Parts: sequence; C-alpha cells; structure tokens
Amino acid sequence: MRQVAIKQKTILDTEKIRKDFPILRREIHGKPLIYFDNAATSQKPKQVINAISNYYSRYNANVHRGVHKLSEEATQMYEGARKKAADFVNAGDSRQIVFTRNATEAINLVAYSWGRKNIKKGDEVLLTQMEHHSNLVPWQILAKEVSAKLKFIPINESGELRVHSSELGKYITSKTKLVALTHVSNVLGTINPVKQVIEKIKNLDSRIKILVDGAQAVPHMPVSIQNIKPDFYVFTGHKMLGPTGIGVLYAKKEILEEMEPFLGGGEMILEVDWEKSSWNYVPWKFEAGTPDVAGAIGLGAAADYLNSLGMKNVREHEKESTAYALEKLSAVKDLMVYGPKDPEKRGGVISFNVVKNGQVAIHPHDLASILDTEGIAVRSGQHCAQPLMKVLGIPAAARVSFYIYNTKDEIDKLIPAIEKAKRIFKL
Amino acid sequence: MMEDQLYRESLLEIYRNPTNRGEITKPDLEAKLVNPLCGDEIRIQIELATSKSQIASRQIRRAVFSGNGCAISQASASLLAESIQGNKLSDVNKLRGNDILKLIGMNPSPSRIGCALLSLEVLMEALGKVKS
Repeated sequence: MRQVAIKQKTILDTEKIRKDFPILRREIHGKPLIYFDNAATSQKPKQVINAISNYYSRYNANVHRGVHKLSEEATQMYEGARKKAADFVNAGDSRQIVFTRNATEAINLVAYSWGRKNIKKGDEVLLTQMEHHSNLVPWQILAKEVSAKLKFIPINESGELRVHSSELGKYITSKTKLVALTHVSNVLGTINPVKQVIEKIKNLDSRIKILVDGAQAVPHMPVSIQNIKPDFYVFTGHKMLGPTGIGVLYAKKEILEEMEPFLGGGEMILEVDWEKSSWNYVPWKFEAGTPDVAGAIGLGAAADYLNSLGMKNVREHEKESTAYALEKLSAVKDLMVYGPKDPEKRGGVISFNVVKNGQVAIHPHDLASILDTEGIAVRSGQHCAQPLMKVLGIPAAARVSFYIYNTKDEIDKLIPAIEKAKRIFKL
Repeated sequence: MMEDQLYRESLLEIYRNPTNRGEITKPDLEAKLVNPLCGDEIRIQIELATSKSQIASRQIRRAVFSGNGCAISQASASLLAESIQGNKLSDVNKLRGNDILKLIGMNPSPSRIGCALLSLEVLMEALGKVKS
C-alpha cells in the first residue's frame, strides 16, 4: 500500500521551527533526539547562537565604560536587551528590570536586599507546597537569620493551590510580610491563578509584598506583569531559548529604589570615597561588576524569536501537545500522572510514574535510562522539589516537558518506549 | 544494545529478589546515605564476629542493607553486602569503585555511576566510624 503523508494542521509550523535548532539534528544511541526536558532547559535556535557569536566576533567590549565605538555598540545592545526583556513580559519601565545570573539569583537578591531589611523577628513568609527549592531555600536562610517563620499554602488532590478567599485568609496574618509563589509548577504543571491570588492578598492587606517565580511561565505563555501586578517577578533566559547565565528580576521601581545593593563593586556605584560610596541608579545599583553582556544579548534574541511566533501560539501549541500526551499516557496501563487533568489548568509539564499496587514499580531513573536508549530525553528524580515529593507520597518521578519544536509524532514514540521499560522490568 | 548491558536480567532478578536485605537490631557498625539527586536511600548494617583482636582485623559475621531506590542502586547494595560476608574489615576497607562495577558487571553512564556506587559510599561511611 502506498503511504500517503498527511500533513496535520498545527498552530506552529514545527517543521520550519525545527530547522532553526541545530541540536535537533543529533542522534542519540543511533536514534533521532526527542528532547522532552524543556522544563530543565530549552534548546537554542541559530538566531540566538548567532546573536551571541556576533557580539564576540564584531563588537565585544565592556558596557557603560568606554567612549569608544565598540563599547557604545555593546552598551546599546545590552540596554536594548533590557528593553526587550521588559517588553516581553509587559513590565512597563525597563529600569524595573535587573539582570541576574538566573531566576534563583533573582530570588536570592530579593531575600538578601529586601528581605533582610523588611522581615523581622516573628514575621511570616508565606510560600506554597509546590515551590522549587529556589523559591524555598533562600527564604529558609533568611528566616533562620532573622527568626522569621515560613508557612505553606497546601495543594489539593489534583495538584492545585487551595487559594479560595476563605482559605487564603487562614494563612495570611498580621505578621505576613511576603508571599512568594510559583506561576507554573515545574513538577505538577499547575498554572496558578497568580493575578487573582495577588488581588485577594492585597485586599486582605495591601502592605504585603508578593513575589512570583515565573521561570516555568514566561517561556511558555503570554505574561503581562502590568496585568498580574506582583511586587517582584523573576524568570530565566535559558528556559526560553536563551543562553545560560542570564536571568531577570522585575521589581516595582519604588521598591528597587529603597532596597540596599546586593553585591558591591564596579558599575553599581555613583561616587566612591575611601570610607563610603553612594549607589548608582536602579537597575544598575544591583548589577555589580561586568555583567553577562553576551547572555543579555542572547536573551534579547530569544525574546525576538518567541515574539515572531507569538506567545499565544506558543501556549496553544503546548496546550495541544499536553492534551495529546495526557490522552496517550492515560491509555498506558499502570501509569500514574500527577497534577491537574485539565490542560487549560496546566503548562506543558507532565510528571508520571509506572505504579503497581500503589508502589512505584520502575524507579524514574531506570525509566529515564531506558527512554534514553530510544533517544528520548526526560527528567527523572525529585525535580528540586523534595518537600513536594513527600506531599505526593513518592520518592521521585519521571517528567516530560514540551516546547515549540516538539511534535505529536515524538509524543507517539514515547508510549512504546515506556512499554519497553515495562517489558524489561517484567511488568 | 545498551539497555541490555544496563539492565541485564541477572541484575534485575537481584533487584526484584535481593539477598541480604534486612535489618540488624543492634548492629556494630551502620551508616545511611541519601543521594540528593534522585532520593535513593541506602542503609548498611554490620554485625561483627566476637573476637578480642583489633577492630580492623575483625570479621564481618553479617552485613545487611535496607532502603529504596533504582534497580542499579538496590542491586549493587545487595551484591556488595553479599561480597563482604565473612571478610576482615581491613580487607573490606580496600574496596574501590572499580570493584563494585566488576561485582555488578556493568559500566553505567556518568549520570548513573552514583547509583552504582552509593552502597560503597555507605559502607565506607560505616567503616569510617571504626577509626573514630
């Protein structure tokens, strides 16, 4: 019988997109790479790789220093990247964008500079049960240092936050100074209704500051900071097609102006004397030393690339991929999927385990090793969320996470690979 | 094929039905470690033969492991416990990573080598307490 290839209509032209990603031509153990570890880091298109390479080969210089041509060009591109980052998340004034090393450093910056000044003995920081270690450990360090208390909003059976007004009121007290929560869970995929949560909290007490961890949201859906209205919002470049080493802290300008610096050194100062110095204007006050110029330029190129696709389309593509994968996975016997069942409520992240008699029957590391032999890259382990694993009652989980270049055909190949693991383990 | 090397049936058989899995109520030596990467957890407990000789030359009467984790970490713990039964502590102290890889008959990828060697780390931790 003659095979007729029927090209399925998709939201994104994945065939065209895939040509922009040199790494997708790689073979792993003799099989085409199927990259399903996008929540850990995304792959990079040639547009981003070229932008970084161009900086180093054509106009490499330090920024904000020289009056020579190269330095002017580098500064223009670096500050241009700040504007692109601000516009990408509709943050308004780009002076509210501080470049950091990653989202983790952005949260640490807030804990160190804002937290140490504003959180006192007996105060409370409210987190959730689904936070990544990066939005937990910095607050533990701060709480220990100033004798503050951490509280956690629990999740329900479907992996959603319990944030009805009546319930939120139970966790917010007169001692609450900060609420820090993730926009999208890196384990459950849950999209938290951050805009509504912020409204409710501000209605209870407008003085409470709110930080949103957008590391898993910004790469995958339209995000408007001016609409969500957080006090702090963080994200990272490498999960959104950009390079590693560049992250973003957004904070309201008036908050940034009152904050003490994070690191001391060059660039962050206005005047320096032997005994004391005065600080540069925001955001440069928080960017001590030579910044990751190439990283910022790469991030700018990544934002351009995603804008050319349209973030609404990116979200639709991932929603469709997730719905398709959830349907395929639900047909696999002895497979437990965690998180919300409704693709509307989740990002393109699916954690799962092979479970028999209520027990994890294939350790996710073993499962991931076997999937790797089929060229399929998935994450396995605790996903930097050990306390959440305890809440779910599992030692670890396997995780697939999708992006703009993933296809239904790739998802189809995941299923026999899982079945192969079950055969090897005689399940 | 790689998975056949990684998941030989004999290794999986040990994973499913491990020998030397258990607990000793009053062990002479014990240690427990968790691999933070994957949450694998192994405890090794050792009962020594009664003897008046110096501790280093004392013999292991019984060694057991407990815990949970992937097939590689659990099977390697079982095989390691098996291999040290009746041995002198001074000899056990000489065990190195390569000995474990020979024992389990595989060469895991760099990301999985920690799984294979966790039990050896636990054993060395338990022996380390001998000196102190």
